[in-house]
Amino acid sequence: MYGKGILKGLGVTLKHFIDTYVDDIRMGKSRYGTEKGIAYRSSKDARGIFTVQYPEEKLPTPEEFRFIPFLVYDEGEDGEREIRCTSCGICAKVCPPQCIWIHRSKDPETGRPVPEPAEFFIDVDVCMNCGLCAEFCPFDAIIMDHDYELAVYDRHANNIYDKEKLLKPAEYYKDIRPRNYALQEAARAEKAAKKSAAKARRGKA
Amino acid sequence: MSEELNAKGYEIPPEMRNMVAVTTLDKLYNWGRRYSAWPMMFGLACCAIEMIATAASRFDLSRFGMEIMRPSPRQADVMLVSGTVTKKMVPQIVRLYNQMPEPKYVIAMGACASGGGPFKEGYNVVSGIDKFLPVDVYIPGCPPTPQALLYGLMKLQEMMEKQSIKTVRWYQKEDLPAIPVPILGPDLIDPRDFPEFQVKLAQAADQAQVEE
Amino acid sequence: MADTTLIAENDILARFPEGVSQDERKGYQGYIVAADRLVEFATALRDEFGYDYLSSVTGVDYLPEGKMEVVYHAYKSTGGGALVFKVQVPREDAVVPSLVGVYKGADFQEREAWDLLGIRFEGHPNLKRILMWEGFAGHPLRKDWKEAYFEEEKKPFDSRWPGGDVYRAEDKNPFGKNVVYPEKFDPEKWTPVGEEGFYGGLRGFDAGDGDEDLKTEQVVVNLGPQHPSTHGVFRMVVSLEGETVVRLEPVMGYLHRNHEKIGERNTYLMNIPFTDRLDYLASMSNNWGYVQAVEKLLGDKAKVPERAEYLRVIMAEFTRIVNHVFAIGTLLNDLGAFFTPMLYALEERELILDIFEAVAGSRMMCNYFRFGGVARDLPPGVYEKMRDLVFERLPRKIDELDRYLTENEIVRARCEGVGVLTPEEAIAYSAAGPVLRASGVPYDVRRADPYGIYDRFDFDVAVRYHGDVYDRYLVRLDEIRQSIRILQQALDDLPEGEIISGKPKYSIRVPAGEAYGRVEGPKGELGFYIVSDGSANPWRYHVRAPSFINLTALGKMCEGDKVADAIIILGSIDIVLGETDR
Repeated sequence: MYGKGILKGLGVTLKHFIDTYVDDIRMGKSRYGTEKGIAYRSSKDARGIFTVQYPEEKLPTPEEFRFIPFLVYDEGEDGEREIRCTSCGICAKVCPPQCIWIHRSKDPETGRPVPEPAEFFIDVDVCMNCGLCAEFCPFDAIIMDHDYELAVYDRHANNIYDKEKLLKPAEYYKDIRPRNYALQEAARAEKAAKKSAAKARRGKA
Repeated sequence: MSEELNAKGYEIPPEMRNMVAVTTLDKLYNWGRRYSAWPMMFGLACCAIEMIATAASRFDLSRFGMEIMRPSPRQADVMLVSGTVTKKMVPQIVRLYNQMPEPKYVIAMGACASGGGPFKEGYNVVSGIDKFLPVDVYIPGCPPTPQALLYGLMKLQEMMEKQSIKTVRWYQKEDLPAIPVPILGPDLIDPRDFPEFQVKLAQAADQAQVEE
Repeated sequence: MADTTLIAENDILARFPEGVSQDERKGYQGYIVAADRLVEFATALRDEFGYDYLSSVTGVDYLPEGKMEVVYHAYKSTGGGALVFKVQVPREDAVVPSLVGVYKGADFQEREAWDLLGIRFEGHPNLKRILMWEGFAGHPLRKDWKEAYFEEEKKPFDSRWPGGDVYRAEDKNPFGKNVVYPEKFDPEKWTPVGEEGFYGGLRGFDAGDGDEDLKTEQVVVNLGPQHPSTHGVFRMVVSLEGETVVRLEPVMGYLHRNHEKIGERNTYLMNIPFTDRLDYLASMSNNWGYVQAVEKLLGDKAKVPERAEYLRVIMAEFTRIVNHVFAIGTLLNDLGAFFTPMLYALEERELILDIFEAVAGSRMMCNYFRFGGVARDLPPGVYEKMRDLVFERLPRKIDELDRYLTENEIVRARCEGVGVLTPEEAIAYSAAGPVLRASGVPYDVRRADPYGIYDRFDFDVAVRYHGDVYDRYLVRLDEIRQSIRILQQALDDLPEGEIISGKPKYSIRVPAGEAYGRVEGPKGELGFYIVSDGSANPWRYHVRAPSFINLTALGKMCEGDKVADAIIILGSIDIVLGETDR
């Protein structure tokens, strides 16, 4: 019979429509704008309305999510920034579109290179968010950020990120990637312990 | 709704709220425009898929009054350049832009449209649509997530909000010139380069010599 | 076909004592055929040896040796490994006889080799540029051809570190753009070639002899590249008689972003995120195809651990579901059911993308596979999410999709009997994936030439027999169900353990040689042909893109149908322009 298909299709839409209100009544206020509500709408049981109402609600970003990279610094005891990057250049070497540039610092007196970047640039208009720089950084110094709200009116002034713009505290890193941060901290502590043990042994000998 | 439209400094009595607003013409004009910016239905590359995802059920572009994607440039207000612009495609894009009526806006979505992206070095890639069209908002990311795109669209709405009917280019006396359509020659030729072509070619030859 | 007794492959040299020799270079395989014997050789291969499916045609520029080589990969449509044969010609005067007469599927691929490498195929009926435009200076994949933003021969560029040379490439170009012109080029003395020249031969198709009085005027209509139903920047030029398509010619290259040229400059690792951007709906499959080719070259060094093998299968099958629901959604869009079925189809896609985002870090550009394993293990909570989807939600939702679409009378009326491709034609045109299987050829790389651990899973190859749009839709629906079946088994058996062999390295050297890795991507056979010269960058990197080669048959499928059907036939092939144009 002609028209049956259309009715069936409309039925599906009607079901979605009704499901939305059934869930609205069932869940009450927790349906919108709460973590629970968003999690429900992204779960296997989601039915009815599926929309996450950005900007009032935001989808939770999973820990591994990657957007533009940033550089990590630790807070020193006297509040100074200790940049983790040693300007080894692995990120610049591994970057597929080659959007990272590093200037190495030089000691002003001896002229010898110092393991810290004098300048660090990332061209955001070339970056492909692949995350290889963060994956292969041996010092956990470059990490993929979660911040995606980066739209600008002028790219020429804004879209080559320099060191100042890229630096973010380790606290922030801990905040967005708690699991990775804990794992890496543990690995670093273990390494440091090994090092000091080796030192002590050498001292004895 | 009328709360938002109301200009600052005009107290509306409580019983009249949500019914009456005192506002400037600019504000009314922009308020109407910003919630009915129709994008052109036009996708180039990977970013276009995220654009479709943005328009679909989860992110729902229609909450911003933008769900009516127009396949015809004559009915569109916003051109979302969503993806890598190639040399072969750019004459068509410029032509489409010229066909859009004012007021028109261009959003460069993603790294490729903004500055060539990972394919920048390629021989058939235009390193940024802003080489040809005036871009209003750049959205970084490869590809920007739907939420990043929505943020960019909100930036565009903010921009519309600030425009004044007195100064916008489409109400000025002089005609707005169309952008000359690039030509596909041995490589892409921009007609705007014609006057200085010889000078630039000589420059290029010099530079090549210096590098050697 | 299988009706006659076939000659075994070992007898090739006996059958052709002259003009054919074994390729004896180290790391290479197959046969080298003299150019003048090529057509005869290929015909024998097809008819006598049973290699009736020509999968890939590409060229390699061996600049140091001054040779241009054309590489062919042929298969039996009944399954089994590849037969590789090559033709070598001098670089400066590269002329090879065309194989279009033997394998119709060589058509677009030969045009591509002409366009990008400058190999002239003698006897090709329509040898025009395909990805670049007519009039473009040079053949860009030749090793001595340099683009405007050329920096260095190989990545990583020395200038990035430690000197650090910050500039936008356009600042150094006198035009401020990515352009370079031939020497002494003067635009004032130059006349544009124009559309006529670019796509000459599109007009004036003769519909055959007939009564002069009854002849109607044919109209040439241009669809695209900006058209709502061409799935991106694809263009079709159709010659119409009334509303009936007389001839249709696809025009592509509007998204040609030089994947192969960039790929030959990249290191092996750098290419993985670039493959994400080929078929951007199915990045995991692309990763796998590429990684597989390189792993073939690496040999035992890149043995994939058990857990990684399972994770690969899981990701690839999720990708197939993502792709097929999207394909079905867009097909319905093309039919005029504007956006509503798409909305429901995309819900499932979003939920799967959530998993990709949690595991790989990005919704679309997953960059998840590594040589000898995968990049990351599953974060906590994801495994349970996958199980929820695979065991509960997806089967339910696919049934729902099936219920309201399959028997819909508009879908049936528009799709049945439209765009028919017979099995013989499908094989001749080198069609792959759902297009091939909907025509009744049960060819699936996962079964025909198993890779990974697909031989451990219980699943059926989805086949339908009418070869029309409706069957292509049904094959996709069946494949989603089979994918769910594979996923259920894989998730149940997922072992614990390592996810990558050895320590991840950013710079690998690959032994010299050639390799062709192929996987059954959602669009069909996705192949990567890689030639290594032993350095850190591939010498030749070619992608056998299924959505590009499937288009070879588009003209044939559309002939005689209405122009409105051309749209849904294109939709049923399911192309992604990132892969078509690369």
